[in-house]
Amino acid sequence: MKINWFKYSSPQVFYPLAGKLIPWFAWLAAILALVGLYVSFMLAPTDFQQGEAYRIIFVHVPAAWMSMVIYIVMAAWAALGLALNARLSAMMAQALAPTGAIFTLLALVTGSLWGKPMWGAWWVWDARLTSELILLFLYLGFIALQSSIDDPRRADRAGALLALVGVVNVPIIYFSVKWWNTLHQGSSINMGAAPKMAATMLLGMLLMALAFWMYTVAVALMRVRCIMLERERNTDWVKELSLKTLSSQSIAGAK
Amino acid sequence: MQWASWSAFFNMGGYAFYVWFSFGLSLVCVILEVLALRKRRAQALRFARLLAQE
Repeated sequence: MKINWFKYSSPQVFYPLAGKLIPWFAWLAAILALVGLYVSFMLAPTDFQQGEAYRIIFVHVPAAWMSMVIYIVMAAWAALGLALNARLSAMMAQALAPTGAIFTLLALVTGSLWGKPMWGAWWVWDARLTSELILLFLYLGFIALQSSIDDPRRADRAGALLALVGVVNVPIIYFSVKWWNTLHQGSSINMGAAPKMAATMLLGMLLMALAFWMYTVAVALMRVRCIMLERERNTDWVKELSLKTLSSQSIAGAK
Repeated sequence: MQWASWSAFFNMGGYAFYVWFSFGLSLVCVILEVLALRKRRAQALRFARLLAQE
């Protein structure tokens, strides 16, 4: 069976499909987060060095992972949009940026809340922290650049170039704890080596990371639907859709 | 189970502020993002409706 993927690259076809997918990803995220929190707080043992403060890891590391993963996915969509001149790809990149920025901010703030009791400092200018801060500025720069250009096609192209240049920062963040002497601890999980942590700790972290991932898909689909409605407001399909939702919305009294 | 009592759980070995602030802030971010998106969608639909009715 051959699936015509290009069919789904039309906003008109993708909009209802995304609408059907959102609840699935949202429920998956909620269930994974509940199980993940249970494992993180009830099953994972106390750390012998850091006591209970280490439990920040269960939100800090997944948020930091997502901040990097989302950036790479965003840059890939942007590149695809640039190469194929595809509207939907550029919209996907645009839809991911705010969520990536939120996870970057969360990684920084939770890291700060972990650093204070363990290092005695809210912030140090070491390579890991500084490169993650640069990631936040890259996200904010991408969002600001796109919103400052009125013509959406030109905004997409400019944003895509910024996103692609910024990709160089992601491996710098990832390897910073190896390349430089950082106050930030090395990774507990390395590719090709056994994790240096209890199995339940690892499980909690992975479940939370999966929950964040599913959440990201759900909100990115929600946002891409908004972007479609805004950008294509003059097309017939959006007009028809907006009139169809009129009755149901006025009854529900939705703001 | 790691905790002798609920108060031990909430106390987090003396790190309550740091741990609960981290998780609380994450929850707030999630709620705010979802609410903002719902509002944005309703606004986009309302605006499209105005255009359609012209």
